[in-house]
Amino acid sequence: MAEKTAEKKVETKTVKIYIMGKEYEVPSSLTIMKALEYSGYKYIRGCGCRGGVCGACATVYRLQGSYKLNVGLACQTVIEPDMYLAQIPFYPANRAEHVLENMSPAVEEILKRYPEIARCLCCNTCKKSCPQELEAMEYIQAALRGDLKKAAELSFECIMCGLCVSRCPAEIQHYNVAILCRRLYAKYMMPKAEHLKTRVKDIEEGKFDKELSEYVKMDDKQLIGEYDKRDIEAV
Amino acid sequence: MSYPDNMLENIKKIESTRARIVEEAKKGDNFPRLSLEDGEKLLRKYHPDYKDGTKRELKVGKSKGELVPNEFADVIEAYPGIEPGEIDLEQVDYDVDVLVIGAGGAGSAAALTAQEAGAKVLVATKLRHGDANTMMAEGGIQAADKEEDSPTRHFLDALGGGHFSNDHDLLAAMVHDAPAVIEWLEDLGVMFDKDPDGTMRTLHGGGTSRKRMHSAGDMTGAEIMRTLRDEVRNREDIKVVEYEPAVSLIKDETGGCAGAVLQNMETGKFSVVRAKTVIIATGGFGRLHIQGFPTTNHYGATADGLVLGYRAGCSFSFMDASQFHPTGVIFPEQNVGLLITEKVRGAGSQLVNADGEQFVYPLEPRDIESSAIIRECFERKKGIETQTGRIGVWLDSPMIDVLEGEGTVQKEFPAKYRQFMRHGIDISKQPMLIFPTLHYQNGGLKISDDTSTEVPNLYVAGEVSGGIHGRNRLMGNSLLDVTVFGRRAGTAAARKAKEVKVGTLTLRHLTAYAKELESVGIKTERISPMILPDYVGKVG
Ligand SMILES: Cc1cc2nc3c(=O)[nH]c(=O)nc-3n(C[C@H](O)[C@H](O)[C@H](O)COP(=O)(O)OP(=O)(O)OC[C@H]3O[C@@H](n4cnc5c(N)ncnc54)[C@H](O)[C@@H]3O)c2cc1C
Ligand code: FES
Repeated sequence: MAEKTAEKKVETKTVKIYIMGKEYEVPSSLTIMKALEYSGYKYIRGCGCRGGVCGACATVYRLQGSYKLNVGLACQTVIEPDMYLAQIPFYPANRAEHVLENMSPAVEEILKRYPEIARCLCCNTCKKSCPQELEAMEYIQAALRGDLKKAAELSFECIMCGLCVSRCPAEIQHYNVAILCRRLYAKYMMPKAEHLKTRVKDIEEGKFDKELSEYVKMDDKQLIGEYDKRDIEAV
Repeated sequence: MSYPDNMLENIKKIESTRARIVEEAKKGDNFPRLSLEDGEKLLRKYHPDYKDGTKRELKVGKSKGELVPNEFADVIEAYPGIEPGEIDLEQVDYDVDVLVIGAGGAGSAAALTAQEAGAKVLVATKLRHGDANTMMAEGGIQAADKEEDSPTRHFLDALGGGHFSNDHDLLAAMVHDAPAVIEWLEDLGVMFDKDPDGTMRTLHGGGTSRKRMHSAGDMTGAEIMRTLRDEVRNREDIKVVEYEPAVSLIKDETGGCAGAVLQNMETGKFSVVRAKTVIIATGGFGRLHIQGFPTTNHYGATADGLVLGYRAGCSFSFMDASQFHPTGVIFPEQNVGLLITEKVRGAGSQLVNADGEQFVYPLEPRDIESSAIIRECFERKKGIETQTGRIGVWLDSPMIDVLEGEGTVQKEFPAKYRQFMRHGIDISKQPMLIFPTLHYQNGGLKISDDTSTEVPNLYVAGEVSGGIHGRNRLMGNSLLDVTVFGRRAGTAAARKAKEVKVGTLTLRHLTAYAKELESVGIKTERISPMILPDYVGKVG
């Protein structure tokens, strides 16, 4: 199978990287995460999904000779020669309590909880430090204007890694603002699914109980018969 | 970096057949589905579950004699890492009504309903809250909530996918609760994909006869997970402790479950939780790398809950059936094993071999789809080889744009698009090379439809349980399972907690288990639960 044949290694090129300032030599094709493990680190913090969606592995790095500070997800970013890197497995951010039931999708609700968004300097550092390349400043500005739809849509792919929060000169806690906007938008502004309400009501009234219990009692032969009879909705 | 030259060369062939295949598919002139019988034959010949020498019979515990994958038997037939004398059970660190072990989708849903039922809840989890398989789910969640659909159809589809092995009562419970669960999530503020009038946009998944796959972009699980997590954080009566996995359950003299021992991963310190009822919601076992397969699972998917529950006296269902997702990434090498959601096929892309030809219906149940890919690569030798010697076939994502118009791939699959773009591959123009990857633990601890187990006061929900999906789960039924049974577990555990009086705490069941291992001659240094896989010094 794949994993057996994969033993054939063609690539042995190695590069030097600097993990928290200390030099290691590792195969050049690795991600930062795999390079750390290869170098002997065992993750406790700083590693979750290993697939770019959980935001556990926020990393900052500089390349030798460049002033530029780069950001990335350790599980997604391939190492580069002479990379100086450190992961930021935790960065403090306050989260304001919000009981959605008692709220409305109004700008005051956001400002009451996160007044610091009014301090946004429009410097765009948050966008530049977002490994998802989200329009973070734009969504904060949208929230400030009370445009929750835009704030929700622009922040939808946020993985809450916290890099924006770590770099913001106005001390904004972007991802917490974003999730509040999304939840308010989805709960109060997106139209509800009518067919869903109808179906839930039917189920509560027991409309499918008889049919379902008949199926539960059928033997395999009957069930296979029923299964084969299904028509398939067109793609 | 993009594809190397030999692959680019081959992609030209794929491009040359693309228009024709899309035209055929549009006319419904698809590659035909296999009959149940032919599917079964394919499975027996090519599915990894049927490969000789990869399983062994358990020698101890309630499921003694059952065949399970060797890697799983290794963690079951292992010694507990703690000596009972090492821990002072009279020094109780947390005293609660309901203890939830594992803060993924099932655990978070359980915590919420338990709290709503009046319980004081502690959630103990291994990594951060939400570092879980739930966070990774891309494609969607099933529920029969449209007029042309019904819970019984959902029941039938899932049953066919599971080769009619599913536990009927559990499955009926799942399809019955499904629409209510979607409504609950909608009300919590999950941004489902909807039409402007609020109608849920739903698609097919492998093995479905109606379009009932609900989604939130290609981050459905993340959207559900972060919403549930956010809601848990709103509730004062729920306390969450992170980086403190459970290493053993605790019982009392009646034999009922009465808490757990947690261990701080950073300081090594143990804590004792006394709880009236306990819910195990620790998810799956992908990081055991069954048969050496790469996996889609998160870092902490190491079967811990199965070990805990089994030692306490639960039994297993279907632990011999592993799910290999047909479309795992095999190029670029850094992303090997990562998932490409089935929704990519649901949206119209097809699997094609090195000749640019179809060889399987794109939406067969997963085990059949995987078997067909394995056959194509290794028997028919129509795969494409990577520089590191991996062999796979193409998932032709550009077909989606041909079918639905330019920009669709990028709009519908933003996360996947971004992931490949990082490696210079534009999946709206170039196909993805894939091979099956270890994805899901079909089986698990045996439960009833209220999630209770053979051990009093112990409840189990989510991927760690077995029976709902039988031998093979369909896409979208797991996010559903974890929310349905997570909610059921919370309610049942909170209700039961009202009548439980906890006695004297004991770890005697661990000593007994170790004795049983010794008595059947198992001498090993292995200890479990594993907690984290070990990739130190390797390429994980
Ligand atoms: C990449 C991917 C894509 C998927 N796509 C879909 C999809 O589109 N649709 C669908 O329906 N399903 C999908 N699935 C399956 C589905 O996401 C999972 O089966 C489901 O979310 C499992 O939920 P859970 O709550 O049972 O476990 P998890 O979400 O994995 O949560 C378990 C939690 O328990 C913690 N834990 C583990 N051990 C311990 C311990 N000893 N002590 C304390 N805590 C512990 C873990 O760290 C984790 O936080 C996908 C899975 C993956 C991996
Ligand atoms: S480990 Fe989850 S995003 Fe990197």
